[in-house]
Amino acid sequence: MKEGFRQSMAWLHTWSGLLVGWILFLIFAAGTSAYFREEISLWMKPELHQAPQATSLSQAQAADVAQQFMQTHAQGSNRWTITLPGEREPVISAFWPVPQAQQATPAPAGERRRQRFENATIDPATGERIAAPRQTRGGDFFYRLHFDLHYMPALWARWIVGFCAMFMLVAIVSGIVTHKRIFKDFFTFRPKKGQRSWLDAHNATAVLALPYHLMITYTGLVTLMFMYMPWGPQLAYKGDQQAFFSEVFPNGSRASLKPSGTPAPLVPLSGLVKQASDAWDGQPVLRVTVSNPGDANATIAVSQDNTRGVSSKQASMLFNGTTGELLERRGEALAPAAETHGVLYGLHIGRFANPFVRWLFFLSGLAGTVMVATGLLLWAVKERQKFAKGGRIGFGLRLVDGLNVAAVAGLPLAMAVFFWANRLIPASTAERSPLEITCFFAAWGVAAVAGIAWPARRMWQIQLAIGGLLFALLPVLNPLTGGAGLWTTIPQARWAIAGFDLTVLLLGLALLACAWWIGKRKAARQPAARATAAAPSRSANASPPAATEPGLVTARNPLNPSGATP
Amino acid sequence: MNLQATDSPHAAPRRRLVLSAAARYRWAVASRAVAAIGGGYGLSALCAATLSLFLPIERPEAVLTGTLAAFVVYPCAVMWVFAARTAWQAWLWLAVPCAVLGAALWLALRSGGAA
Repeated sequence: MKEGFRQSMAWLHTWSGLLVGWILFLIFAAGTSAYFREEISLWMKPELHQAPQATSLSQAQAADVAQQFMQTHAQGSNRWTITLPGEREPVISAFWPVPQAQQATPAPAGERRRQRFENATIDPATGERIAAPRQTRGGDFFYRLHFDLHYMPALWARWIVGFCAMFMLVAIVSGIVTHKRIFKDFFTFRPKKGQRSWLDAHNATAVLALPYHLMITYTGLVTLMFMYMPWGPQLAYKGDQQAFFSEVFPNGSRASLKPSGTPAPLVPLSGLVKQASDAWDGQPVLRVTVSNPGDANATIAVSQDNTRGVSSKQASMLFNGTTGELLERRGEALAPAAETHGVLYGLHIGRFANPFVRWLFFLSGLAGTVMVATGLLLWAVKERQKFAKGGRIGFGLRLVDGLNVAAVAGLPLAMAVFFWANRLIPASTAERSPLEITCFFAAWGVAAVAGIAWPARRMWQIQLAIGGLLFALLPVLNPLTGGAGLWTTIPQARWAIAGFDLTVLLLGLALLACAWWIGKRKAARQPAARATAAAPSRSANASPPAATEPGLVTARNPLNPSGATP
Repeated sequence: MNLQATDSPHAAPRRRLVLSAAARYRWAVASRAVAAIGGGYGLSALCAATLSLFLPIERPEAVLTGTLAAFVVYPCAVMWVFAARTAWQAWLWLAVPCAVLGAALWLALRSGGAA
């Protein structure tokens, strides 16, 4: 760090990226998949592949269908939450808390009863519940994994993820500073040149989607910023954070009225849905929440499905449930900072994205995943050069090698196993969604232990090949286990399902290509190694990139001082 | 606490000179890591708090602006810590703005409490 500014930033870039790189790989991979979380969930419920497609009913009509359904099936419940059909969801979904009196098994004495919820997927055309599909977390598993991790309290996980995200932000900014020739390097790829190729691949994936990487990392922190940084609201509101949140978040929970005990009929929801949508200039409605249905104190909140703006802040309206009178409008004209926050938040969760932008985000997320992976590998490749002239491989390098296999090759394998488990575990199995998750972690655990125990080229090859095969064969597994195969989904243009199959096919082929390429390099390695030993490293002598990114070559390595000791 | 173990020569006690260069280097890195992670958080938290209180805009707006800005201050502080010539300097230039912001905050809270 006594060297110049650029060198110290290169050092910072290397270490901030490396130390949390494996968790970042998980966060990036799982988060990227979450752009298609609805589609993944649909694929994982093959029972719904034959389900109705886009409905011809208007949202207002669908609201009445839902109301009728709820009045017969959710009697006595004090809150209905109804999500109306939209562009990506052809069905109505609803959930409601089950009234205590109706719960089948009484809670053991002395134990606080946990609120139980029931949910239903309703076909808007028939008004009937669609046969409950298999129990699975679906795409939500990866979405949650991306910031709540697993097997630990969500609060800890979010702190860990936030810590890693801040490292990422530091790595990105210091990486930009390090890089003199950002534009030129983007067009540079020197294949089959060992370290140089890894550097080029790392630079290309980083620069290609640089605005995305910066945006997604910063906005990721913004989504949980009041957890990480509660001091502003704490001080400005003298500890009353709730007051702050209800001022800032238009969709924050409203204090609902206590039920009066006097029964009163609920107004038809269709009128309110139409009124709200008209008032919002035709923007569709996302959700209708009815509190105390059937009581004189009923209220109905209607929230907007913001399809035009980027912001996550959705406008909402509150109505009186018995008269239909409009009580309150929220979140339409936001102050500048609130709007900024909403846009930043909205950018991260990407709900606004049309299919084109969604794919662009997905590809950028993949680029980010590859950027993290190549960065991790680049460290190992550079470090290995220190041992090129002989000497024992240090502990640090061995550990990094092992963790690299575990993350970069092991995680895709585990994700593929998760999808296979989804189809191979019988649909009627009790507790089947935790079982799917257990399969995911078991597969990852085995891959990680194997990778750390034997981080060799052959291990990379084996894990990538297994992961690739499992992914590439998912489109075959799909129709064999009750789903709609590519030959029915493509002619019917059912892209939600076909898109999943095609994407995993490509992903599988890409992993197989990596496995094949590693095998090929191994074969070519022996003569090449002899050649470099004879003519001492021509490429290393004439290497301008070594001057632009000196990071590890010159800086000593705190994790592995033995490598630097003269 | 790691002020002693910096890579600046005058800060290291003489008998420490027997420490290998590698060990001193590692202490300096550790010191900077603590400054970057802990000190960086402190500085950004103080920024969030002072902006929330002092920005002459509506209260929720000031809080949002201050907190959004804090997440820009943090990585900048981290980079500053590692760009500084010595770990000692890194600590010093984190401590000065922290002290200024902290003092402003303390005064504001005290007068606010009295009013």
